[in-house]
Amino acid sequence: MLELSLHILDVLENSIEAGATRITLSIEEQVKEDRLTIMVRDNGPGMSEEMAQKAVDPFVTTRTTRHVGLGLPLFAAAAERCNGRLWIEAKPGEGTTVVATFQNSHIDRPPLGNLPATIMAAVLSEQLVDVSYKHTVDGRTFELDTAEIRRGLEPVPLSAPRARQWLESKLQEGLVGLQRPFP
Amino acid sequence: MSRLKTIEELKKLREEAQRDIRVRTETGTKIIVGMGTCGIAAGARETMHAILEELKKREVEAHVTTVGCIGMCVKEPLVDIEQAGNPRVTYSNVHPDMVPRLIEEHLINGRVVEEWVVGRLPSA
Repeated sequence: MLELSLHILDVLENSIEAGATRITLSIEEQVKEDRLTIMVRDNGPGMSEEMAQKAVDPFVTTRTTRHVGLGLPLFAAAAERCNGRLWIEAKPGEGTTVVATFQNSHIDRPPLGNLPATIMAAVLSEQLVDVSYKHTVDGRTFELDTAEIRRGLEPVPLSAPRARQWLESKLQEGLVGLQRPFP
Repeated sequence: MSRLKTIEELKKLREEAQRDIRVRTETGTKIIVGMGTCGIAAGARETMHAILEELKKREVEAHVTTVGCIGMCVKEPLVDIEQAGNPRVTYSNVHPDMVPRLIEEHLINGRVVEEWVVGRLPSA
């Protein structure tokens, strides 16, 4: 995958497929510490510790269409080639957390990419799911919770064209605000 | 951006969108984009974005949603179009530059773009 946001979308889709209704996405860019941390936490059914350890094996999947699942292994490989790693914290019935770390300045670190598009694609899925998004760059934070926006819009669905565009533009504005100010 | 301003904007948006919905009649058109690992790697997110943009541009109403991997990864991005009373048509390798023609021919003119079809499911 060319962008980290595509890996993130993949993990979000995993959560949605597992039946999560609420996902927390947190991205922390620490330029001085040279660290990038991506965390996705959901309220889905979770999994055993054993499964959590096996999930990064490409030959382990819960799907029945085929015997391979590449989403997490690809994400883990991306982290590992940037002096980082990926791990899963989960318990049955208590949701799942996926954490990936990267050396921020590593030459192989893919760009974060189009995060608004990733969040929109997740929120527009068939199942009702809300994403609470927190993005920090060197202590500056942008936060947005689609659940709050959904409540404010009632009874208009988030998928209504106007609502969708508004949310996407808010995400874009928020991320522009996080850019490092000119020295 | 202040929180209050956001809430004001939301309220205004809600009123406008509600008006839209009242004018809109249920079209029963559903567009489903494959968003598994394979779909994402093949560019499904950009395809979905192109579909949403094209629908907006042409003022066509359709419900756009995503689905996981269906096992035909080599044909991703896969896009299904389902219209009430018609078979569900699956298009393969749908890239953003193909979207305008797809929307125009299938949704507006009601003609299936046969050369891009990879499968059909009878209507439920």
